[in-house]
Amino acid sequence: MGVRSWFEGWPVYRQLTGTDPLGRGAAAKSDGSRALTARTDTADSVARSVCPYCAVGCGQRVFVKDGQVSQIEGDPDSPISRGRLCPKGSASKSLVTSPLRQTTVRYRRPYSTQWEGLELDTALDMIADRILAAREQTWEDVDTQGRPLNRTLGISSLGGATLDNEENYLIKKLFTAMGALQIENQARI
Amino acid sequence: MAEAHPVGFQWVMEAKRRGAKVFHVDPRFTRTSAVADAYLPIRAGTDIALLGGVVRYILDNELDFREYVVAYTNAATIVSEEFSDTEDGDGFFSGFDPETGTYVQDSWQYEGHEGSSGSGHTAQERDSAAGLTHESHGAQVGGQTRRDETLQHPRCVYQILKRHFARYTPEMVERVCGISQEKFLELARAWTENSGRDRTGMLVYSVGWTQHSVGVQYIRTGAIIQLLLGNMGRPGGGVMALRGHASIQGSTDIPTLFNLLPGYLPMPHHAEHPTLDEWVDSIRHPGQKGFWGNARSFAASLLKAYWGDAATPENDFCYGYLPRMTGDHGTYQQVLNMIDGKIKGYFLLGQNPAVGSAHGRAQRLGMANLDWLVVRDLFMIESATFWQNGPEVATGEIVPEECRTEVFFLPAASHVEKEGTFTQTQRLLQWREKAVEPPGDARSELWFFYHLGRKLREKLADSPLPRDRALLDLTWDYPTHGPQAEPSAEAVLREINGYDVTTGRPLSGFAEARADGSTAIGCWIYTGVYADGVNQAARRKSRHEQDWVAAEWGWAWPANRRILYNRASADPDGNPWSERKRYVWWDAEKSEWTGYDVPDFEKTKPPSYRPAPGASGTEGIAGDDPFVMQGDGKGWLYAPSGVLDGPLPTHYEPVESPVRNPLYGQQANPTRKMYAHPVNSVNPSPPQEHGQVFPYVFTVSRLTEHHTAGAMSRTVSPLAELQPEMFVEVSPDLAAEVGLTHLGWAHLVSGRAVIEAKVLVTDRLTPLRVDGRIIHQVWLPYHFGFEGLVTGDSANDLFGISLDPNVLIQESKVGTCDVRPGRRPTGPALLDLVADYQRRAGITPGQHAPAVTTDDEGKEHGAS
Amino acid sequence: MLPDPNSLYGPLDPAPEAGYENAPPRMGFFTDTSVCIGCKACEVACKEWNGVPESGLDLLGMSYDNTGALTANSWRHVAFIEQPRPAGHRASPADVLGAPVDVGPDRPVDAGPQFLGMPGAQPPGRGSGAEGRTDFRWLMMSDVCKHCTHAACLDVCPTGSLFRTEFGTVVVQEDICNGCGYCISACPYGVIDQRKDDGRAWKCTLCYDRLGAGMMPACAQACPTESIQYGPLDELRERAAARVGTLHDRGVPEARLYGHDPNDGVGGDGAFFLLLDEPEVYGLPPDPVVTTRDLPKMWKRAGLAALAMAAATVAAFVGGSS
Repeated sequence: MGVRSWFEGWPVYRQLTGTDPLGRGAAAKSDGSRALTARTDTADSVARSVCPYCAVGCGQRVFVKDGQVSQIEGDPDSPISRGRLCPKGSASKSLVTSPLRQTTVRYRRPYSTQWEGLELDTALDMIADRILAAREQTWEDVDTQGRPLNRTLGISSLGGATLDNEENYLIKKLFTAMGALQIENQARI
Repeated sequence: MAEAHPVGFQWVMEAKRRGAKVFHVDPRFTRTSAVADAYLPIRAGTDIALLGGVVRYILDNELDFREYVVAYTNAATIVSEEFSDTEDGDGFFSGFDPETGTYVQDSWQYEGHEGSSGSGHTAQERDSAAGLTHESHGAQVGGQTRRDETLQHPRCVYQILKRHFARYTPEMVERVCGISQEKFLELARAWTENSGRDRTGMLVYSVGWTQHSVGVQYIRTGAIIQLLLGNMGRPGGGVMALRGHASIQGSTDIPTLFNLLPGYLPMPHHAEHPTLDEWVDSIRHPGQKGFWGNARSFAASLLKAYWGDAATPENDFCYGYLPRMTGDHGTYQQVLNMIDGKIKGYFLLGQNPAVGSAHGRAQRLGMANLDWLVVRDLFMIESATFWQNGPEVATGEIVPEECRTEVFFLPAASHVEKEGTFTQTQRLLQWREKAVEPPGDARSELWFFYHLGRKLREKLADSPLPRDRALLDLTWDYPTHGPQAEPSAEAVLREINGYDVTTGRPLSGFAEARADGSTAIGCWIYTGVYADGVNQAARRKSRHEQDWVAAEWGWAWPANRRILYNRASADPDGNPWSERKRYVWWDAEKSEWTGYDVPDFEKTKPPSYRPAPGASGTEGIAGDDPFVMQGDGKGWLYAPSGVLDGPLPTHYEPVESPVRNPLYGQQANPTRKMYAHPVNSVNPSPPQEHGQVFPYVFTVSRLTEHHTAGAMSRTVSPLAELQPEMFVEVSPDLAAEVGLTHLGWAHLVSGRAVIEAKVLVTDRLTPLRVDGRIIHQVWLPYHFGFEGLVTGDSANDLFGISLDPNVLIQESKVGTCDVRPGRRPTGPALLDLVADYQRRAGITPGQHAPAVTTDDEGKEHGAS
Repeated sequence: MLPDPNSLYGPLDPAPEAGYENAPPRMGFFTDTSVCIGCKACEVACKEWNGVPESGLDLLGMSYDNTGALTANSWRHVAFIEQPRPAGHRASPADVLGAPVDVGPDRPVDAGPQFLGMPGAQPPGRGSGAEGRTDFRWLMMSDVCKHCTHAACLDVCPTGSLFRTEFGTVVVQEDICNGCGYCISACPYGVIDQRKDDGRAWKCTLCYDRLGAGMMPACAQACPTESIQYGPLDELRERAAARVGTLHDRGVPEARLYGHDPNDGVGGDGAFFLLLDEPEVYGLPPDPVVTTRDLPKMWKRAGLAALAMAAATVAAFVGGSS
């Protein structure tokens, strides 16, 4: 920056020589203000999404910068929500970027008083073993009259109303094939 | 609606701007009441009395939309002379069996169809929550019925309805609900004046309506009004359920529910459905009219989607692999079984029963008695930490060192970290694009269950056991991508849509389903969502570029139809009822149905079509039968079968009520599902003694600022700060009576629990004069628990477990309690306080009072 | 260019006055409280966009208002007022059918006691009981910085941190503010506030960054019921006048505008309101006046004093040399 441009950048100079003699507007505009842009304009990508809270199904636009969610706001194209969001929907960015989110597997041994860490794949393997053991222990082939039952009542599940259709489909398909009848979700509550 | 669904409420405000009048009925004055034209405070649990009053008002003044009612509903149908009404049975219909506490429905049938209700097993239907399947495919009813279109026959539905609701007078509404006659009449007048050819009225409920021991009948009463007024299948009409979770509709359509398979096919019952044929016939009801006649194609296609090449016509498409129901396997039965040590492992998938389910203590004690628990969530929720931080740890009921439950907490991917579809409350599927990768170990459920299935199959690969065939033969070959091997959600959606097994071509509609194994369909009502190999749910044509129906935004089941039964938007001849309400109509020149929406009718079946005698399935549906899923093509004012607690809605008091039922000797729903378990109890209600120990009515619901059990709001700073503490709303009158001060503490006691809350004294709660006495109601938000940025006691801890008989949903919108100033005791003293209340109220945990409360104990109504 | 004679008081278009040539139309908010449902989406959307920190986890007992006031950490604030009187926006009977509405008979507007939800205040209706209870209404209003035509905060700012934008709005520039706090006592509405941890002043910017990108402020975009409307101020004023007329026709005589008048004490607000009761009920000053109204007079006096001092100094020097 040359001395001249430095001098011209001085607010008092701008005030005395420009259109804003009282220095309350154009002359007072700071470098920071001049450099302001909407971060939605500088996002790397935008995903068309849907609010995860209630079942109205408001459209959301998810703006991403450097692999991080930088803004979530209503999708003005949506005939359902016309770009609007309630406080919960408006808090979606805070929801998905919350520092309280758990991002590692936590494991509590029987009779333990604390959590410990566990590898994800190990956890998956342990869960698979426990499912097979529960089936082994509680499997029912037939009822007292010899009619087929093909099931275990040793395994339960609750949840699905906040999940995707594709996820519920796989859950139902897998549990049914496992003979695990007792799956439920919020629709029962 | 403004409170829990603010953005949906913009359309109410829009309607209001155009002159619509908005009535709001709620026990407490909410943000909806604030902008409604009229607010009617109601005693919680008395909606059938209010709506029944509207039915009577319509019938008494002959304000029904007569042409619609005669042509499109079963008003003219003659009912069996064996039927007797609650008017004659002091609250009981004919056919009650006091042994099982359920009805044999034969006498409810249409004349000439007695004995065909197929309801020899109503206790079993109750245990299998059969109402949920009847919801879509209707119960069995003969196609050919006797009708009196003058509506004069004493046994026609219209006259039965009239007699049934005769006592639901404005005086009775006032006496039962605490709503003044003036306000009631204002509502009834506005509703009827705004219905007919030129106008439609809409009924909107939030699903708190389902959380009653008579929840299904609440909605039935609303449906009766809307049918009588001609508001069904028409724009601006209908009964709209505002559901509270992003895809709770989807999780019912593609059910993670014990009693259903995708597309509302029932899970087989061990005694009723030993073979594929028996299972299919129980759905399609041979001889019956309507689209369920194709049930075999839907069933075979589902089994084909599950078991692929292994499923052949010769082996009944592996029907034998399906697990069988033997009774009630619902979530509350499961929890009691956990307490009894019968359940080994439990998955919680984005659900927090320690806070969100009724009887929180039972939930937490159940979870503390498992071998293992898998919690998949975004946050460390109460259901994962009950062994460490739960209230039972403070009382000594759960000791961490003695609690054997092994807990796996697996972090879940958020809605922006995975792709897939939500089905919103109007049956609209909307595809979400993935924005970012999930952090750390967080994964989608799609990832978790796909890889869990893969591991199970690997571990069982050499198993010779027959029970493992269903897993090993399962089609489980979804393509994966990315560093985490994420399965393709689009591939799953394509399977849900269905495809031609030979060519792999995605099907474009469920009419293409075949029963011979040539089609595979994961959920037949979703067929078309992937028509032409295009993800139709991902369509995002701007609302500015299409008409108000917006048919090119997302995809609605079935067949991208936005209003169900929209044939009813035209008159019997196929012309719009009025220009103003034009929606779907018959184009005589082109000989086809047309309109703004996809017609809910066979496209080229003319209004004049009449089925041949004995025709069944779709052929049995006449050209002026709009309700194409019903066995007689008619909208049911009267349900001859399928609704387990009666063909007509009847006001019963809530299971816990300070009031003796003013209408009948029968106090509460006699068919409700009760659990006699040591952990469960019911506070006494009249005619039992000691009801005064719990003199106040409490109800719970949502705040705008929070979401359900709080896992997605009490953890989020800009929401947590807006409603930072558990509170109870009380009227100034009750505050004075009990000695509560604004912002001071109160504690509430039921037979199950005691919780504490800060007090908000407000005129938004008002005492009601009910049956000659003052009833105080208090209101609590149910969002709070012991984890998160803001914490508090859980309102749902106060509830016991009593369920609606049709769908096994708990009564958790009304109960009785005592309210006391100050904080609750802590530690073991808390248990002593509850025990003291139980003793004073004469409660013996594990026992419940008799369901029948008429003087003659229901004996006269028992035989059938 | 000479300052406008109204540059400190009276009607004025502030952006050209602040040196912007070819300034876009003045933009602002019209907040119609008659359709506000108190959802607080505005509060949250504002925080999300502007990165405004948490403002405390306190149950205030002011009805459903746990924000309390506009502060450095709350740039939108929804006030809730519970009143034992007939709801303000009921349709008149003729309106039930959506037909053209007649002016209904004026409903009695009994000011009555208002429960402002202040801790310790007597709640209304105590003892009124089930029998005596009248109707009830619940007012909600999303408050925000008024973006005054004559913004005292800006006029007193010694660093030029507060400035007038080309849209006529008033913005604190965080890269300039030194936390002197002069602006805080200057604001006639008590809007602007210092943030405790960094000492700087913060308030609504009317989403200056979004405006530059042709977008709506975050609160207005989120508002489900169009209670918060954003647009050219002239257009908003016309719309607001029409809305008041409609409400009067529908039997809501208490509807009135606040902050819309260019002749008021701040030259009219860039963010103005439709209210259903007196401004005080919502915690708004009934007759705000820009605190720098008398600045010219003050300058005049200050100038005279300075001259006198200079003369005295000169005299002293003169005297000293004698």
